[in-house]
Amino acid sequence: MNRIDAAFVRLREKKQKAFIPYIAAGVPGFKETVDIALDLEAAGADILELGYPFSDPMADGAVNQLAANRALQNGLNDEAYLDIVRGIRTKSQLPIVVFSYLNPIFKLGMADFARRAKEAGVDGFLLVDMPVEESAEFQETCRTLDLRLIFLAAPTTTPVRLQRLLREASGFLYYISRTGITGERAGFEENFEEKLRAVKAASKLPVVVGFGISTPEQVRAVCALCDGAVVGSALVRRTLDDKPFADLREELRGVARALISPTKEIWP
Amino acid sequence: MNPHQLPDEWGRFGPYGGKYAPEVLMPALEELEGFYNQVQGDAAFHQELDGLLRDFVGRPSPLYFAERLTELCRGAKVYLKREDLNHTGAHKINNSVGQVLIARRMGKKRIIAETGAGQHGVATATAAARFGMECVIYMGRVDMERQAPNVHRMKLLGAEVVPVDSGSMTLKDAINEAIRDWVTHIRDTHYVFGSVLGPHPYPKIVRDFQKIIGIETETQMQEKEKRLPDVLVACVGGGSNAMGLFYNFLDKPSVRLVGVEAGGEGIATGRHAARFEGGTLGILHGTRSYVLQTPQGQIAETHSISAGLDYPSVGPEHAFYRDQKRIEFASITDLEALNAFHTLCRLEGIIPALESSHAVAHALKLAPTLPKETLLVINLSGRGDKDLQTVLDTMTPESGSPGQQAVPKTTGAVKR
Ligand SMILES: Cc1ncc(COP(=O)(O)O)c(C=O)c1O
Repeated sequence: MNRIDAAFVRLREKKQKAFIPYIAAGVPGFKETVDIALDLEAAGADILELGYPFSDPMADGAVNQLAANRALQNGLNDEAYLDIVRGIRTKSQLPIVVFSYLNPIFKLGMADFARRAKEAGVDGFLLVDMPVEESAEFQETCRTLDLRLIFLAAPTTTPVRLQRLLREASGFLYYISRTGITGERAGFEENFEEKLRAVKAASKLPVVVGFGISTPEQVRAVCALCDGAVVGSALVRRTLDDKPFADLREELRGVARALISPTKEIWP
Repeated sequence: MNPHQLPDEWGRFGPYGGKYAPEVLMPALEELEGFYNQVQGDAAFHQELDGLLRDFVGRPSPLYFAERLTELCRGAKVYLKREDLNHTGAHKINNSVGQVLIARRMGKKRIIAETGAGQHGVATATAAARFGMECVIYMGRVDMERQAPNVHRMKLLGAEVVPVDSGSMTLKDAINEAIRDWVTHIRDTHYVFGSVLGPHPYPKIVRDFQKIIGIETETQMQEKEKRLPDVLVACVGGGSNAMGLFYNFLDKPSVRLVGVEAGGEGIATGRHAARFEGGTLGILHGTRSYVLQTPQGQIAETHSISAGLDYPSVGPEHAFYRDQKRIEFASITDLEALNAFHTLCRLEGIIPALESSHAVAHALKLAPTLPKETLLVINLSGRGDKDLQTVLDTMTPESGSPGQQAVPKTTGAVKR
């Protein structure tokens, strides 16, 4: 079974929710990314979104922009990225989703990169600026390779669009908690609960929520409404800190444990 | 191929174009398309737009016979389509007024836009002021320095100008930041895209608002010469002034269409913005077209002395007609553009924008090779008031007369 699907089956059996961290591949370094991924798994993460950098990340806030720049400065390219995936795979079965923008993957050759990624141990793709209507060809590629193609749904997504998304999405549906870019924020958008309930009711796939989630309280609030939470900037910010890796790693472990704990309670 | 049937319903011009936007934007793009289609048949809308174009923008813009330029070239008869005489000084206002009218009909309260040269920012701030709408303009820090007068104009018009410090701090980065604003304020904000770029329906909408340039040119040439022009030359940043001039002539095969890209410090140096010379197929800012990028698909840094041409991608419709061999493309270096700038100042008493100077420079190469009966039209897309500092910075005491070389101290000086 695809590792993403297996993760949700296991979580359902245990009556737990998914914790899905997002980190930027290549930050603070290549080997360090592998260490951080393994730490996150040890702390209880269920699926990893591994950011593939793009020079012009138009849906990202300051933290993720900085991280993408840092990764590119560090020389992260397709081979280095896949090496990181292989590095994680030698020690772990943590499901991995390639999280990126369309252009770098397009330029590398979508089918070819998907095949190489699959061989390295990737389980799915999420391309922020590839809407469902532009996804037919890549959808076919992913199906053939047993990769999950994950789509974002937003508060602005109409019921008609939601149906279209749900027809094409696999793995899980990623609901954006608010209109806007990635980054930490204090609260949720107006009508957040109501909208999320509607999405959850319409979806046979697991629904997780991300964008702006940075505290254990927010994670708990989200878990009460859907199948899991994605946390990005709150983790990525700490991988950018200018301090010895051992310290950075220790801090990250602590932050992750606190964020993960609500997802591992028993949720009826 | 009937040019009037493109793009298709999905925004494609053959393999180019499309709608590559994050999900948050997709409903807004559908809404925009819906409203746009609706106003097509709305007589009141067209009456309002036509009135504004006439009395506020000052259309039609003249088609001017450039007598002394023609004498200099000893070849084709050279005309200038005077978009520089529009209110706010460039063709950009045609699109800004149109889009702001649509935004009002959509009930949006807030207008945002990117700008490179500042002309689109000024035009959009102007239209927003005219209709009492809040306006925020994103502009790269480098461009704010090299186009400072336009920054002041935008502020006087009541717009907030937000400096963009990411990436190369030019047009591409301003678009990134405008998109970030738009995804955040999607419900009450309309993004006035400034060129034939971006996700569908923008390339179509901007083209449709700019096509008046070519339609007027045909009428005016019929009046003056009793026939169609033979050659049209326009600079191509995103490609809106060029498409505006060309569109009406796409299905008139006798008319040769020439787009001019920014050759920067020379194609061989790699410091340029000539997408059709160094670019490959890619997807940037919502559309599939030629893109200056690395083999890894990271967007390359571009360079041009003109902020409005300094952009790594190009309108998808241009890419399509280049494949069809309907539009040909050339590039002009910073130095050639500067020389053409001075030539036009001295010979015609017209100070052109540095963007438009690229079109003038190419026409100065082309015209001498063409027979005397040839009618050549240069789209003079804007005036050069905004560029005075950039030009002065490149001048030695002797430069500035026609035929003499302007010597840029270093044209890249303002960029980091
Ligand atoms: C005067 C002028 N011409 C041309 C351009 C380039 O844009 P486009 O290719 O869309 O006409 C600009 C853009 O800022 C401009 O200000």
